[in-house]
Amino acid sequence: MATVAARDTETSLGKTDRRDNWWAGPLATIIVLSGFGIYATFRAVYAQDYELGHGARVNQILPEHAYLLSPFFSPLILLPGMPAWFSPAFLILWAPGGFRLTCYYYRKAYYRAYFGDPPGCAVGEVKSGRYMGETGLFIFQNLHRFFLYVAILFILMLAVDVIHACLWPTTGGGITLGASVGTIVLAVNVVCLSLYTFSCHSLRHLVGGNIDCFSCVAFGQTRHKLWKGVSKLNKNHMLWAWCSLFTVGFADFYVWLVASQTIIDVRLF
Amino acid sequence: MDEQVTLMIYRGDNVQGEMKEYKIPVAPGMVVLDAVHAVQATQAPDLAVRWNCKAGKCGSCGAEVNGRPRLLCMDRMDKYPAGEPIAVKPLKTFPVIKDLATNVSWNYDVNKKIPAFKMRDTKGEEPRFSQEEADRVQEFRKCIECFLCQNVCHVLREHDEKNTFGGPRFFVRTAGLEMHPLDDENRLDLLKDQMGLGYCNITKCCTEVCPESIAITDNAIIPLKERLVDQYYDPLRKLYRILFPAKKT
Repeated sequence: MATVAARDTETSLGKTDRRDNWWAGPLATIIVLSGFGIYATFRAVYAQDYELGHGARVNQILPEHAYLLSPFFSPLILLPGMPAWFSPAFLILWAPGGFRLTCYYYRKAYYRAYFGDPPGCAVGEVKSGRYMGETGLFIFQNLHRFFLYVAILFILMLAVDVIHACLWPTTGGGITLGASVGTIVLAVNVVCLSLYTFSCHSLRHLVGGNIDCFSCVAFGQTRHKLWKGVSKLNKNHMLWAWCSLFTVGFADFYVWLVASQTIIDVRLF
Repeated sequence: MDEQVTLMIYRGDNVQGEMKEYKIPVAPGMVVLDAVHAVQATQAPDLAVRWNCKAGKCGSCGAEVNGRPRLLCMDRMDKYPAGEPIAVKPLKTFPVIKDLATNVSWNYDVNKKIPAFKMRDTKGEEPRFSQEEADRVQEFRKCIECFLCQNVCHVLREHDEKNTFGGPRFFVRTAGLEMHPLDDENRLDLLKDQMGLGYCNITKCCTEVCPESIAITDNAIIPLKERLVDQYYDPLRKLYRILFPAKKT
């Protein structure tokens, strides 16, 4: 018969009576997010083989192919006098990175996985100093809606990239419609990123969540419908967050493989 | 009935206690509260456990079963592996009165801080709102005040910020009032300064344990956080409010 002094209120990291594998989720988060972060950083610094096809601005790889641009480098910004070591991805990645960093879903995931704050529900954590939550250093999380505005612009630009990926040069110097596996990869990525972006909690608030009385405001019914629509998408925000993380990484990887001529991008029609 | 189960139940008060072992026969359809009652009836008549409806609607019988906050009356015994002892402890966040009964009166003190519903001026018209508007706040009315969310929230459980933080239950209540189409009270200062909404780092444990399946984080806490952003952290909104001040109703 175990005696529990003073109700066993002392806590330490990971201390819990839970018997399930509560640590599996945070561990998976660490592995996937860290893996993605390392890959994205490498690709940004490597800064090669990120575009190909007709109209490529840096390297004229496969000029007979439709234009494919990695989402890590889209929109491709090449400033005059930009040093060779400075990757154009640095001008891009802060925006989707900031959007995901301040995302309400990812906050849950990385507070649990990286900060152990808490590592799991009813699981002990490390207590160091005064708890501040999102009022101290993490007050920047309140900027999420501003990253959302930029993310919506990026969705539009990535959709334009898909259109470019459908425009194939002809031998006569013209343009014809077509699609390759690469086109599909970029299109699926835009769909997943759109589902993630348009299921955002901040967007849900902005389109109608901030209204108490829909029947009292202009366009109330329309805003209620928008709010209901975003709410429906929002129920699977976590799923879209992970799907889009995978598709954006895969889209870049695919463009890399094709641009480096490791694989051939099969034209479908 | 041959099959037996071993229960390890906390016996003691807020200062000292022990996990005592009890063996009881298992019956089909049994929930943990039935098992605790069986112990009380046959082996430990002085065992304290709070309960009332035995239907998951009164919110009285909250405790921690194998480390997870549960309503004892809704927690079926057959989901636990046979042969393994089941540990039943009181809610960790609140002081123990005796055994499994905890003192949750702090919650009622927090509740008193929240300004009640204040009817907006409808200028003589009959106050009306649509079903769609009612649906949104209706979810928050499902709360049975079991305080499992308060118990599992790490801001209260681990950091013991009871003086500065209201907790998910009262964010739900405040959301129900703030989003009410006929309410005219502003509780945003209260949420920021006295109820510590910013302390919530949205780890969703409250949502995970809610026996009424209220989407506490997604539908109450995050919308309230966004309203705080509107009020305090969004310079564009501030500019809009300066340029187009709201008309008094």
